[in-house]
Amino acid sequence: MIKVQNLSKTFGEVKAVADVTFEVQAGEIFAFLGPNGAGKTTTIQMLTTLLRPTSGTITIDGLDPVAQPLEVRKRFGIVFQDPSLDQELTAYENMDLHGVLYHVPHKIRRERIETLLKLFELWDRRTSLVKTFSGGMRRRLEIARGLLHTPKILFLDEPTLGLDPQSRNQLWTHVKFLNETEGVTVFLTTHYMDEADRVAKRVAVIDHGKIVAIGSSAELKAQTGADSLEAAFLKLTGTTIRDEAANSADAMRQMARMWSRGQRR
Amino acid sequence: MNVIFVLWLREVKRYLRSRPQIIASLGQPLLYLLVLGYGLNRVAQIPGTGGYFQFVAPGVICMGILFTSIFSGIGLLWDRQFGFLKETLVAPVPRLQIMAGRTLGGATIAIIQGTLVLIVCMLAGFRPQGFAAIPQALLFMGLIAIVFAALGTAIGSTLRDMQGFQMIMNFLIMPIFFLSGALYPLANSALPLRIATHLDPLSYGVDGLRGALVGLVQIGGALDVLVLGVLATAFVMLGAWAFSRIQV
Repeated sequence: MIKVQNLSKTFGEVKAVADVTFEVQAGEIFAFLGPNGAGKTTTIQMLTTLLRPTSGTITIDGLDPVAQPLEVRKRFGIVFQDPSLDQELTAYENMDLHGVLYHVPHKIRRERIETLLKLFELWDRRTSLVKTFSGGMRRRLEIARGLLHTPKILFLDEPTLGLDPQSRNQLWTHVKFLNETEGVTVFLTTHYMDEADRVAKRVAVIDHGKIVAIGSSAELKAQTGADSLEAAFLKLTGTTIRDEAANSADAMRQMARMWSRGQRR
Repeated sequence: MNVIFVLWLREVKRYLRSRPQIIASLGQPLLYLLVLGYGLNRVAQIPGTGGYFQFVAPGVICMGILFTSIFSGIGLLWDRQFGFLKETLVAPVPRLQIMAGRTLGGATIAIIQGTLVLIVCMLAGFRPQGFAAIPQALLFMGLIAIVFAALGTAIGSTLRDMQGFQMIMNFLIMPIFFLSGALYPLANSALPLRIATHLDPLSYGVDGLRGALVGLVQIGGALDVLVLGVLATAFVMLGAWAFSRIQV
């Protein structure tokens, strides 16, 4: 379903992704693990048509995201790592807008929005503006929105970041359900090794833009002689803490917090 | 079509929900109207208009439309920053439709804002030459709004952060306003200034709107419509192209 060959992305001097090759089968749950700044999000951005690769090829369901971005976009859904809601709209409006963008018919849209908002316990707050939501609620709304349409491939970029265990459980149960009943291929990144261990059929470990190991959780454990995926991960990637370069969007987000009220435009 | 509509609706909803902002952005045109309009009304005599106040009011309305429409386009920067832009960029919809919805939304709120300025001008004593002038005035307001909303989208698509915004403000938006003839008549000005004025898209909008509202035409109504129409098409295409090139 996803085929990546010798993929690289360079930002100036920095090689964010360096010669990565892997394949994800249809109907598989595939976890992409790596320390901060390893190149996970950059890879997802290239897979989802948001960035053009420096070199290498990507095939999504037989299509090239660079040559046919629109066709590729019709095939996937994504939950982003960082916020992507419209804060000046209500929870319901955010869901509804997404439904229209993804051509979900009106009636089905209404039903599914209700189901998902109830599932993630946001139904009572559906008419509140998102800017009044707490961090956890926003995160839940992002996830509910990402699940509104049923794509062939679902990208989840650190979806559980900042979620409580209850919501995390809801999310993975729902994702597994979609995978089993609708055959949705899932491509996820996470820092929680137990989650990857629990849901993913295969795991790839990426570090400094390169894939250092790929296989099932059991294979990785056997390969490194570790007794948990977390220990295997640390053996593969070392114990040094990484810094992630801040981009201009982060700098602006910071500035916006300083200017927060009344200065929207 | 649905997609264009929801994105248009989003812009309009956001505008209507930010009442303090609506009032705040009336402030600047109002200041120009009251200070310059009343202040210069005695000193500056402009033939064929019935006073400087009558002359400057259409210019001030153009100002309201210019700022609102161009800022709505640059609002893309905010969407980039708050992340919502990504949501629209990965959607399985042609980016042309996304851009069209945003631009039409921006143009719509600019027309509303321009109408509010017109109403305030009338409360302050401005008198259009007749109610028959209103449809013609709306035509020009709409053209100005589309031209600059599209230009704003083009700019917003290429900017990465707010530093660039200051540059745009000082070296593009302010000159567009001051060179447009909104504040003074074009006739008898020095040649370099006249050339600059004729290169300024807003000059045609100001001329057209002033022609409609108070009957003073310096360039010519038909030429105004033609130039604005051509520019609107060109800027929408430019904006669509720039928008389709966006990477996150």
